[in-house]
Amino acid sequence: MNDKAWLALEDGTVYTGRACGAAGETGGEFVFNTAMTGYQEILTDSSYAGQCVVMTYPLIGNYGITLADNESQRPRLSGFVVREMCKTPSNYESVQPVGDFLKKHGIVGIEEIDTRALTLKLREKGALRGIISTLDGDKKRLVAKAKALPSMAGQNLAKVVTCDKEYSWEEGYKPAEKTLHVVVIDFGVKHGILRCLAAMGCKVTVVPASTNAERIFKLKPDGVLLSNGPGDPEPVTDAIETIKHLLAERTPIFGICLGHQLLGIALGGKTYKLKFGHHGSNHPVKDLETEKIEITSQNHGFCVDLKTLPSTVKTTHINLNDGTSEGMAHSELPAFSVQYHPEASAGPHDSRYLFEHFRALMVARQEARSR
Amino acid sequence: MPKRSDLKKILVVGSGSIVIGQGCEFDYSGTQGIKALREEGYEVCLINSNPATIMTDPELADRTYIEPLTPEYLEKVIAIERPQAILPTLGGQTALNLTVSAAEKGILKKYNVEIIGARLETIRKAEDRQIFKQCMQKIGIDLPRSIVVTDESDLKSVSRELGFPIIVRASFTLGGTGGGIAYHYDELRTRVHAAFEMSPVKKVLLEESVLGWKEYELEVMRDCKDNFVVVCTIENLDPMGVHTGDSITVAPAQTLSDRQYQEMREDAKRIISEVGVETGGCNIQFAVHPQTGRRIVVEINPRVSRSSALASKATGFPIARLAAKLAVGYSLDEMTNDITKATLACFEPAIDYVVVKAPRFATEKFGEFTLDTAMKSVGEAMAIGRTFKEALQKSLRGLESGKKGLSGAEPMDPETRLQKVATPTSSRLYHVKSALDEGLTVERIHEVSKIDPWFLNQLKDISDFEKSLAAMPLDAENLFAAKRMGFSDAQIALAKGVKEEKIRAKRWALKVRPSYKLVDTCAGEFPSTTPYFYSTYEETGDLIPSKAGKKVVILGSGPNRIGQGIEFDYCCVQASKALRAHGWQSVMVNCNPETVSTDYDSSDRLYFEPLTLEDTLEIIAVEKPMGVIVQFGGQTPLNLAVQLENAGVPILGTLPAAIDMAEDRRLFGAALKKLKILSPESGIAASADQALKIARRIGYPVMVRPSYVLGGRMMEVVYDDPSLVDYVGRALKAATHPSLLIDRFLADATEVDVDAICDGKDVWVAGIMEHIEEAGIHSGDSACTLPPHSLSPSVLLTIRENTRKLALHLKVRGLMNVQYAVKDGAVYILEANPRASRTVPFVSKATGLPIARIATWVMMGKPLKKLLAPAVLRGEVEPPYTATKEAVMPFIKFPGVDPKLGPEMKSTGEVMGLDSDFPRSFAKSQEAAGMLLPTSGSVFVSVRDEDKAQIVPMARSLRQLGFTLVATRSTADFLTRHGLDTTRVAKVGEGKPDVVDLMKQRTLSLVINTPSGKRSRADGYAIRRTALELNIPCITNLHSAGAAVHAISVLQGASMGVKSLQAHYETLPYKVDLGAKG
Ligand SMILES: Nc1ncnc2c1ncn2[C@@H]1O[C@H](COP(=O)(O)OP(=O)(O)O)[C@@H](O)[C@H]1O
Ligand SMILES: Nc1ncnc2c1ncn2[C@@H]1O[C@H](COP(=O)(O)OP(=O)(O)O)[C@@H](O)[C@H]1O
Ligand SMILES: [Mg+2]
Ligand SMILES: [Mg+2]
Repeated sequence: MNDKAWLALEDGTVYTGRACGAAGETGGEFVFNTAMTGYQEILTDSSYAGQCVVMTYPLIGNYGITLADNESQRPRLSGFVVREMCKTPSNYESVQPVGDFLKKHGIVGIEEIDTRALTLKLREKGALRGIISTLDGDKKRLVAKAKALPSMAGQNLAKVVTCDKEYSWEEGYKPAEKTLHVVVIDFGVKHGILRCLAAMGCKVTVVPASTNAERIFKLKPDGVLLSNGPGDPEPVTDAIETIKHLLAERTPIFGICLGHQLLGIALGGKTYKLKFGHHGSNHPVKDLETEKIEITSQNHGFCVDLKTLPSTVKTTHINLNDGTSEGMAHSELPAFSVQYHPEASAGPHDSRYLFEHFRALMVARQEARSR
Repeated sequence: MPKRSDLKKILVVGSGSIVIGQGCEFDYSGTQGIKALREEGYEVCLINSNPATIMTDPELADRTYIEPLTPEYLEKVIAIERPQAILPTLGGQTALNLTVSAAEKGILKKYNVEIIGARLETIRKAEDRQIFKQCMQKIGIDLPRSIVVTDESDLKSVSRELGFPIIVRASFTLGGTGGGIAYHYDELRTRVHAAFEMSPVKKVLLEESVLGWKEYELEVMRDCKDNFVVVCTIENLDPMGVHTGDSITVAPAQTLSDRQYQEMREDAKRIISEVGVETGGCNIQFAVHPQTGRRIVVEINPRVSRSSALASKATGFPIARLAAKLAVGYSLDEMTNDITKATLACFEPAIDYVVVKAPRFATEKFGEFTLDTAMKSVGEAMAIGRTFKEALQKSLRGLESGKKGLSGAEPMDPETRLQKVATPTSSRLYHVKSALDEGLTVERIHEVSKIDPWFLNQLKDISDFEKSLAAMPLDAENLFAAKRMGFSDAQIALAKGVKEEKIRAKRWALKVRPSYKLVDTCAGEFPSTTPYFYSTYEETGDLIPSKAGKKVVILGSGPNRIGQGIEFDYCCVQASKALRAHGWQSVMVNCNPETVSTDYDSSDRLYFEPLTLEDTLEIIAVEKPMGVIVQFGGQTPLNLAVQLENAGVPILGTLPAAIDMAEDRRLFGAALKKLKILSPESGIAASADQALKIARRIGYPVMVRPSYVLGGRMMEVVYDDPSLVDYVGRALKAATHPSLLIDRFLADATEVDVDAICDGKDVWVAGIMEHIEEAGIHSGDSACTLPPHSLSPSVLLTIRENTRKLALHLKVRGLMNVQYAVKDGAVYILEANPRASRTVPFVSKATGLPIARIATWVMMGKPLKKLLAPAVLRGEVEPPYTATKEAVMPFIKFPGVDPKLGPEMKSTGEVMGLDSDFPRSFAKSQEAAGMLLPTSGSVFVSVRDEDKAQIVPMARSLRQLGFTLVATRSTADFLTRHGLDTTRVAKVGEGKPDVVDLMKQRTLSLVINTPSGKRSRADGYAIRRTALELNIPCITNLHSAGAAVHAISVLQGASMGVKSLQAHYETLPYKVDLGAKG
C-alpha cells in the first residue's frame, strides 16, 4: 500500500490506515460522532472547525455527496476518520464520492481505522488532540506534533468561520401569512437553521459574529437567532456584549448550541467543558413542560452551568442520558435557547417545533409593539 | 405514567405452531413479554398450542394453556381465568387474528376483557388494506394505487388504470394463497379467477406494482405519551417484489441520505399516530423509487414481528420486553436501557457495525421457486461485522447450506446466467457472484435484477479480492485484509487449493485472530456491561472478562430448517438454565436471530456467530471453557464434534466416537447384532445390480436411501425392480457417497419414538411415543401420543430393555433418541441418535419433567439416581392424561407440490393436544393444527386397493355418526358391496361435476385419500391439492383416518374442556418440582 496514512494522539497511540481524502497533514481535537447517516452535514458543519471527526458508523460515503445537504459553503473540520470509505456511492441525488469531495476541499481523511477502539479511548480519556498525516510515518514525531497542538479551550473559533459580510438567505423560502424578519448572528451557522427559518416564511439576514447591536437594531429585526458554532464560548466576548444589548431591548432571541452558551453567559452564567461532549443524532431530551421526549441531534463540547444563572432563567429541557441541561428560557424576557440542534440536519426532526415557538415569540412582540 | 394498577391478571396469546412466515421469533417475543409482565407483579396466563416453545415452560407463566388457538378455546380459557386484559401483540398474526375474532364474537365483552398493546380499532386500521388506504390518504401518505374487484367483468378497465404488472391479493385466504404477480392480461384473468375460487369473501385487491423499487423497514415504538423512537432501519438487498422474509436484509439502511431517511421517519411517525399504535412496537414497510425518490408505504404491522426480533438482536434493544411494559401503562422514559444499565430506553440505538440477515430455504425439499410476494423461506441466519462484506459472508456461511461465504453458482452459458440473475430465486445471489466473476458489469446486473448498485459494488469487491487471492502471498497483511472482507478459512483454502486446516494453522502462526466487540446499543458512547459479542478483524476488541468459575459453551442449532427447528433452540436454552442454576456460566453460540437462545438474557455470555468449525474454535480459544455441549443443537454442532475433539476441545456428554458408532451403518449393525436387537433386514449397494440382488433377498417393498443423508432426504419406498433401477440411477447421480442403504420396508408397522437419558450406569426412558401414522412416514411428520395408546406391555418392555442396552453399549452420557417400528408384535429398531431429539420439548411438556435440564446435569456429572425419584427412573409411573403431538405442514406455500406424507420430513412445526384420553387429545391436536374435523356432512373416500378392506369399518362408523359417503367408482362399488350407501362421483377428467368441483362447491367436509403406493395418480394429486387450498381436512393414511373417526365421535359428544399445564401436573403420580438445582 502506498496510500498509507497515520493517526497519532497526544496520549501516544498511533494507528495506521489508508488515505481517503486529501494528502497532507492535519491536526485538531478528536471527537466522535455516532450518527449513522448525515456525514455530509457533519463534514460541512462549521461547528467542527478545529476538530477531527471520528465516525462510529463504519461505512461512510454510501450515498455520496448531494447538492442539497451542505450546511455551509465548505467543510471546516480539520480531519475525517472512518472505518471504510465508499468509493462507489449509490443514490439518485449523489453527485460525487465523499473521497473526491474531501480532496477537492483539501480535507485530510483516513480510513481502515478501528474507529470503535478509537471511540472507546475518547470516551475514557475525553477529547484528545491528534494528528492525521499521509506524509509522515514517524510515530514519535507525530505524537510530539499532537502534543504541541493548542487546546480548544480559550480559542475564538467563531471568528474564523463566520461570514465576511451580511447577506440575506432565500433558499427554501415559503411565504407565510405574516412575514417576519430574523437576523441570524453567524458563529458558524448551519444552513439547516436558515432553511428552517425560510420555510417558516421568515426573511433572513445573516450577519457576521462581530456585528454590534446598533447595526442589528438598524435592520429592524423581529427576532434574533444566535447560531451554532465551534469551540469555546468564553472568548467570543464581543458577541456577548451584543446579546446583552439585545436583551435590554426585549428583542426575541433564540439561541442554538454555541448561541445557547453565549446567551447563558450574557445572562450571567458560566460554561464548562464536557469530557467528550455530545456528538450524535440519537440523544433523548425531555421537554420539562410537556414531558415529551425528543430525539435530538447534538454537537457540542461545552455546556452551560445552570447553577450559575439567575433565578429568572429556568431550565426547559434536560438530556435523559446524563441529566445535563439542554435548554433554558428567561421568565420575563422573550429569550430562550437549546443546546441541541432543532434544525437537525443530520438527525430526527422531532424538535423543529422550537422554530414555531420562536415565531410565536416574534409575533407576540410585534403585536405588543403595535398596540 | 406508572404501570396500571387496575389490571391484576393478563392473558398472553402465543402464535401456535411454527409455519413459514411465523417462526420462533414469537417464542422470543412472548417469552420476553411474559417475563416483563411478571416482573411487574402481574399474574400472567398464556394460551399457545405449540409445546416446543420456551414460553410454554410451566415456570414461565402462572398458568399455561397448551390448547388450540381458536375463539372457542380462547373463550374457555377466559371463562376459567377471568383475566382483566388480553395481550395479542406478541403472538404474530395468529394472536392478532384470534383476538380480533374473539372481540367480534363478543367474547371479550362478555367477560369484560380489555385488549392491551393495541386497540381493536388500530388493528383494523392496520390490517384491513382498504381502511388503511383511507387512513393514509387522509394524512397525505402515498401508497400504491389499488382497486378492489368483486367480479371478473371489468378487469380490462382496471388493468388499464393500474398498468402491468399488477399485484393480485385475494382477501382472507390462507397464507397469501391465490395472490401473486400478473404480467399481462391473460395472466391477470387466470389469477383473478383462481383468487375468486380461493377467496371465501369473493374480494380481490389489485394493486399497482412497484417491483424493483428499493424496500425498507422501520422498527418503531410509541408510548402513551406520544414518545416515538425508531429502533432500527432495515434495507433489503432484494428489491420490492421479493418478500422481506425472503430477502437478504441489512441494518441499518445503507443507501439513504439523512434527509431522505428523516423524511421517511417523519412519515412513520405520522402513520403510527394516525393508525393509533400507542403502546408498543410496530413495523412499517416503505418502497422508494430508485430514480425519483418517490416514497410509498407498503404495509404496517401493529405488533412485534420477525423484523422486530431481528432489530432487537441487531441493536440490543429488547422491543418485545418494552412493548409488554408499554402495554401496561409505562412510557419509554420510565424504563432503563438493559444493556448500558445507565441510560434510558427512550432513545434510538446507534450501531457501529453492519448486520446482515440471509434467508434459509427448503430447496432440498420443495425445489427452487421463483420468489414473490408470499414468503417461502423457513429460517434465517444473521451476522454482525464491521463491514457489509464481512457481515454478508458471515451470514452466508451461517446458513449451513454448503456455502462457505459468498461463492458462485454452477457454471453455465452467459444467456442462462443473465436469466438467473434477473429472476429472484433462493440462489440468485450466487448467480450474481458468478456473473461478476465472469465479467458482467455492475450496470448490466443492476439493469436486469434491480439490485441497488451499492450492493453490487460490494459484491464486486468480494469477487475481485477473491480473484486476486490466488496469486497473493499469504502474509499477515493479506490474511488480515481477507478476513476483514469476511472470507472464511475454508474460502481462502479453496482459492489457494489447500486444506482449510493449513490456512488456519498459518493464520494462527501469523497471529491473525478475530477480536470480539460488543453490541452495546450506543456505538461505544456509554460503557456497557452486557456480554453480547460478535467477531471481527480489527486492531483491538472489547471483550468483557468472565467471572471466575466453571464455564461451558453451548453450541446452538443455527437457522431453522425443516428437520431442525425451534425444538433444538428450546434444548439449548434449557441447558443454559440448568448450568446457571448451579452457578456455572453458560456461553451461547448461535446465529439465528429468531430464537430465545440469542436473547442476551438467556445465557451468561452470548456470541452471535456462525456455527462453523472456524468460528467456534476461535470462540473456544478466547473463552477457554471446561467443556462444550454439542448434543442440544441438532445436527449442526454434532457435525463439528469430531473436529472439535481432534482440536483438543473437551466435549461434554456422549463422546464423538459413540455418535459415530450410531451413525455408521456397519458399526451400528454390528452393535445391534451383539445386543440381539432386531432391525429390518438390510444391505448396502453401490450399483443397480447390487441393489437388485439385495432387494430380491429381502423382498419388496424396500426402503432405499443414499447413505450419509439427513432428514430422510431422497428416501423412498420402492415396490419393484424397474422402480429400483430408476431410483439407483437418480440417487447415485445426486449422492456424494456412491452407496445406498436398502432396508426391508416394514409395511403397516407402528412407529415408536423414544427419548432416554443415560448417565453411564442408569438409563431413564423419559418418554415413549406411539405414532399415529404408520412407519414410512417420517417421525417428524407423524402425529404421536404419549403415553402410547395401543402398545402391549410386552412390546413396551422390549422397547425399554433395548433402549437401555443400546444406551449403555454406546456409552451415552446425556440424551438419546431411538426410533422403533412394531410389526406383528415384533420390535424393530430403525435408528438411534445419541443427542437431543425433536421430541424433547414435547415429552417435557407432557410429563412435566425438564428433560433437557436433567440431561445437562447428567453431562455435568450428576447421577440420574440423585435427580429422579426411583419410580420415575424405573419408568413405573406415567401421566393419567394423554398428550398428542401433531405436525404442521407448509404445503400451502409451495404451489404445485403434492401434499402427501412420506419418509422425507416436510413439516415446519408442531402442536400439542392435551386431554384425558387419546381420542380427545387427538381431536384437540387436530384442531390446533388447523385441521377442522367436521361433525357432519359428506365424506369423500378414495383409497388404494390395499386399504379397501380396512376402510370399511371406518366408513361404517362415519355413516353411524351421520355422515354421507361419497366415492369414485371403484371405492364406491366396494363400499356399496359391503352394504354402505355411497354416492358415486366422477373422477377428475371423467365428467362433470367431478370430485374437485364438489370440493369447490364446498359440499365435501372431509376427504380421505390414500395415495397409491406404486404410482402416484394425477387425480389423487388434484384432490389433495384442492383440499389443501380450500382448507378442507384431508387425511392421507389409514391410521390417521381411524384416529380421526374416533375424534369426530368425541367432538360430536360433550364439548371439550381446557386445563392448564400446571393443573394437569397436579394429577401426576410423581413430583415435577425439581427445584432450581435438580
Ligand atoms: N405493490 C407492490 N409491488 C411490488 N411488490 C410488492 C407490492 N406490495 C408488496 N410487495 C412485495 O411483497 C412483499 C409482501 O407484501 P406485504 O404487503 O409486506 O405483505 P406481508 O403481510 O406478507 O408482509 C413485500 O415485502 C414486497 O417485497
Ligand atoms: N425399514 C423401514 N420400514 C418402514 N419405515 C421406515 C423404515 N426405515 C425408516 N422408515 C421410516 O422413515 C422415516 C425416516 O427414517 P429415519 O431412519 O428415522 O431417518 P431420519 O434420519 O431422517 O430420521 C422413519 O421415521 C420411518 O417412518
Ligand atoms: Mg410485509
Ligand atoms: Mg428418524
